[in-house]
Amino acid sequence: MIVKPVVLALLLASGLIGAVMAYAAWQGVAILRHFDLSSGDPRQLALERKTYLISTILSYVMAFELLSLFLFIYAGEDLHTLFVGAMCAVGTFNVNSYGYTALLLKIASALGCGVWLIVNHLDNQGYDYPLIKPKYAMLLPLTGLVLFEAYVQFGYFSHLSPNLITSCCGAVFSEESTGLSASLAHLPPTLAQILFWGGLVALARSGAHFLATGRGARLFAWLSGAMFLIGILALLSFISVYWYELPTHHCPFCLLKAEFHWIGYPLYASLLLLGVCGAGVGAVERARGIPSLAQALPRLQRRLCMAALAGAGALAAIAVWPMLVSDFTLG
Amino acid sequence: MSSLERQRAFLDYTLASLVRRKAKNGALVLAYALVVFLIASVMFFSRALRTEGQAVLAGAPELVVQRMLAGRFDTIPASYADSIRRIRGVSEVEPRLWGYYFNRAVGATFTVLGLPDFAHADDEIVAGPAAAKAWTNLQDGRYLFRTFKGDSTGFKPVQVLPEETRLVSADLLIMSETAFRQVFGLPEGQYTDLAVTVRNPQEMQTVTEKIQREHPDTRPIQREEILRTYESVFEWRGGMVIVVFAGAALAFFIFAWDKATGLSAEERHEIGILKALGWDTADVLVMKFWEGLAISLTSFLLGTIAAYAHVFLADAGLFAQALKGWSVLYVDFPLSPVVSPTELLALFFLSVAPYTFITVIPAWRAAITDPDTVMRAS
Repeated sequence: MIVKPVVLALLLASGLIGAVMAYAAWQGVAILRHFDLSSGDPRQLALERKTYLISTILSYVMAFELLSLFLFIYAGEDLHTLFVGAMCAVGTFNVNSYGYTALLLKIASALGCGVWLIVNHLDNQGYDYPLIKPKYAMLLPLTGLVLFEAYVQFGYFSHLSPNLITSCCGAVFSEESTGLSASLAHLPPTLAQILFWGGLVALARSGAHFLATGRGARLFAWLSGAMFLIGILALLSFISVYWYELPTHHCPFCLLKAEFHWIGYPLYASLLLLGVCGAGVGAVERARGIPSLAQALPRLQRRLCMAALAGAGALAAIAVWPMLVSDFTLG
Repeated sequence: MSSLERQRAFLDYTLASLVRRKAKNGALVLAYALVVFLIASVMFFSRALRTEGQAVLAGAPELVVQRMLAGRFDTIPASYADSIRRIRGVSEVEPRLWGYYFNRAVGATFTVLGLPDFAHADDEIVAGPAAAKAWTNLQDGRYLFRTFKGDSTGFKPVQVLPEETRLVSADLLIMSETAFRQVFGLPEGQYTDLAVTVRNPQEMQTVTEKIQREHPDTRPIQREEILRTYESVFEWRGGMVIVVFAGAALAFFIFAWDKATGLSAEERHEIGILKALGWDTADVLVMKFWEGLAISLTSFLLGTIAAYAHVFLADAGLFAQALKGWSVLYVDFPLSPVVSPTELLALFFLSVAPYTFITVIPAWRAAITDPDTVMRAS
């Protein structure tokens, strides 16, 4: 265990988030079991008031989850000097098997909270709590995810002891490695580019179709989800390489540094925007046909779709920029 | 009204209402800022020490080889240097002579360096800036040393090292190799340790292993290892101090929770009126969010700025002693102001996250206040 301010901050935050999420889930179960809009019982009134508390808690959790994702990467960056052979966050997360799991769980929790907040926002538009049951049913697995993430993160930090031999990003993403991250990074750049640009075209086409006709929301959501994953893949495979102008450097974290103009921040922000808003379009689709949301739903879906497309556009711009301005070419 | 204007109106109202209760909120902000100040000072200070350490060690040899005897550090024969020089990848091996000299009259320890190619005579000496000021036992302008045999010998100071190098040279005295052996009684052919230069840094590990295999009685120390150790020590100290301050932070958060829970009759009345005027529970929650944000950010900024001034302008007077270590001739160096986003974000998490989550339930309780009950009660 390393007692460092950054580590303490992350552990404290995940403990607090876990505690309030457990409380929210507990209240959520009560809502799932007893919520009945037609009843005038004092308990019903209390439950209706509780929904305000839970949405407030979830918006705070979402904000802190997002920040803690970046703090976790920073911590990896900051701790790397303590480990032989670790040259950046990649090496630090590789010190034990919890590292990358914690990172992935953090991304998943941030996405989950984002989609939940979208559903919640739509629910608040209807006067009769139309989505209350699905919303709180979704809260339970989300809580499980957040608690599991807190546990894995604790496991990661408690199993860190300085000076262990770990691999650095050169070794993890180099030709010889056979780990998952290496095989993703060495997806042939041509294939990754075909997937990435093809996926973007398909996403734009489906988004345009949805905006024009209001149909095909689920397809758009699936494509956005796939594009989120393809985006990460492309980032490892060729976007990072173009930005570094170094065919062997696939590190996804060095992009957050000043040397590369902090391009990682807009890159990850546009990826998250694409993922959350795109998945949101599909998540609220089940509300179609609910009379109290007949006006709010299409409006929200259109906005989400445009936000997701804006995210995709920004992502494409960031990917294409170094190809246009630098002399560096792959293959 | 657009949603942006709506939020602006909320913020406007919230700030006005905060100012109306100056005393209560002022006390809260002050206590909050104090907690941020304590944690931030520790973090900034240990980071600054780390940076200084890195700057000092940047000039240190990449690899130092010491000889061990019965688990203790011993002198190393010159023959070791020759055999290490033959290892492929090693570009240079420099046998070094250095040690510590305790001056009883001054009551301080000095670092003494013996150079084989010393530019001055054997009875002359070069002193670091702090050492030159501190050395008081002079005879005819010569620095008096007690040799290992007990007799004294004098050295004529010929040069004082420039102030700019004081971080590494404050307590340093440099003399010739012959003089060094004469003062400390170190036999010919024996050295303190060897500084090894390796041509390709990637071969460092292999070279280290080879040295260890050829001379099992040696201990090669890489610069990276020293850096790592310094970093863990400073970070660990900083972390421990923060754990100690956790008590103070906890006290503050209990205070904040108490403030947030115990709404005054006036505040209750205010929320009651707002709701009677048509405010929704969600609106009151938004107002409470802006209130929390205003208090948190003000305190965070105040605390951070105060900590910055404390550490980098006032040299961390409050707890430098606990974090630095001690030495009579301690170098008095200004800390270079470095603050990384990691630190700021960690600080934000350590202070703002607990405050936010602690006040969320009291804020909600205030927001669901029934206008009817409040009006009737008052």
